[in-house]
Amino acid sequence: MRCHALPDIPGRPKPTATEDFVRGIWKENPTFVQMLGMCPTMAITNTVKNAVAMGVLTLIVQLGSNVFVSIFRKRIPNEVRISTYILIIATFVQIVDIGAEAMMPDMHKALGAFIPLIVANCLLLGRQEAFAAVNTVGRSALDGIGMGLGFTLGLSTVGTVREILGSGSWFGIRVMPASFEPWAIMNMPPGGFLGFGLVLLALAWWKDRTARRTAVRSVLAAPAPRQPEEVSV
Amino acid sequence: MSTTSAFGASEPLPMRDDSVPSWQLLLTLTVAGALAGLAVVLLYDWTRPRVEAHKAGVLREAIAEVLHSPRRADTLWLTGGKLSGNPPSGENAKTAERVYLGFDAAGAPTGYAIQVVEPGFADPITLLIGYDATRRELLGMKVLESKETPGIADKVVQPVFTAQFRGRAAPLTGIKRDESAKMTTDRTAVVMITGATISSRAVLRGINKAIAHWQPYLDAYRPAETAPRDTLGSGGKR
Repeated sequence: MRCHALPDIPGRPKPTATEDFVRGIWKENPTFVQMLGMCPTMAITNTVKNAVAMGVLTLIVQLGSNVFVSIFRKRIPNEVRISTYILIIATFVQIVDIGAEAMMPDMHKALGAFIPLIVANCLLLGRQEAFAAVNTVGRSALDGIGMGLGFTLGLSTVGTVREILGSGSWFGIRVMPASFEPWAIMNMPPGGFLGFGLVLLALAWWKDRTARRTAVRSVLAAPAPRQPEEVSV
Repeated sequence: MSTTSAFGASEPLPMRDDSVPSWQLLLTLTVAGALAGLAVVLLYDWTRPRVEAHKAGVLREAIAEVLHSPRRADTLWLTGGKLSGNPPSGENAKTAERVYLGFDAAGAPTGYAIQVVEPGFADPITLLIGYDATRRELLGMKVLESKETPGIADKVVQPVFTAQFRGRAAPLTGIKRDESAKMTTDRTAVVMITGATISSRAVLRGINKAIAHWQPYLDAYRPAETAPRDTLGSGGKR
């Protein structure tokens, strides 16, 4: 598994700490740009609360495993690195699962089988291969937090669309008028695809609009084309 | 050999050729596995009391719900083929099958709370039923644990499904929504959840099996024979 997002590009200046942190939130957002971790994006975004909880749990796993992989990156032989990374990820998922059961049993119950499934989120192994295995602990931690926040942002955006349309509420608070008939399908698995599709559509439209505006502005700002001068040879 | 350095990493991966001895690979995995195991087991042991306490609280509330707030509830263990208010000795105390008997304010038994575990669509569904063994009817039903598909099959957890069990008699039979008129004539009929066929069938099958299993023991049990204590502590509302 290779992330198309490269940590560093030879010949370019080294990214700053802010860039390491912000990368996952916006430019390489796991959900909307890298399109990784689609299973929770489809499965538990029926409410914003579930989406945020899943995002935060994934953040903890991403941060923990990034830090551990980075600490031991020089000690882990290349030949067994995948097994070791997966073991580190699985351990953090187990820790998060046990911790969530003890500290927030109701949320643990609501997320059900999807907490153990964090282990199969390809975002995690992707970041370790592409980033934590070749970068310092500090940078890997920032990358982990950024990617985790970006994933939380992605899940809760889809969750917002699904919960408002599917239940007429946001974070459990009723936001739609009483006359609004909830779209039951948004609470069901197809709603995951529809909600995600709607968000992607909005993002694509926004990007396209921005690109057009920039293009129009650059044309307007450019000086009028000069008449070709006669040049005597 | 270094594959990751193709990423233009900020620091090059240590070049590894075939010189890494096998024992070192084995050692890495062994140490990592041991540390991971240690971390998980320690955390598990540390959080267990909290989880158990929460589960006990949930069970108390569930008993109060399915038996409609009994004054107190006693635990009865199945030992030596009959129910007894005394826990079996030794290790069996944890694993022995049990039911909970609720009493009203006058001290008369109101019904049994029986835990039911039945494989559902995703994972076993755990329920608690309130059961009147004399009148042979259900007093209530509550799903304690279910990992059924969120959004579809988890409807079996909601009152639209669970509320209809009160007053129903075993063996339960599932009917479709448009046949719901049958519920007035047939005391065993329960309206199934469309789209959650496997889950709602599992619930009915589990309840039927549990009642068939427990009925002989419940019939044979006389509360006066033993002196049950309120083993659940704050079992009901006082």
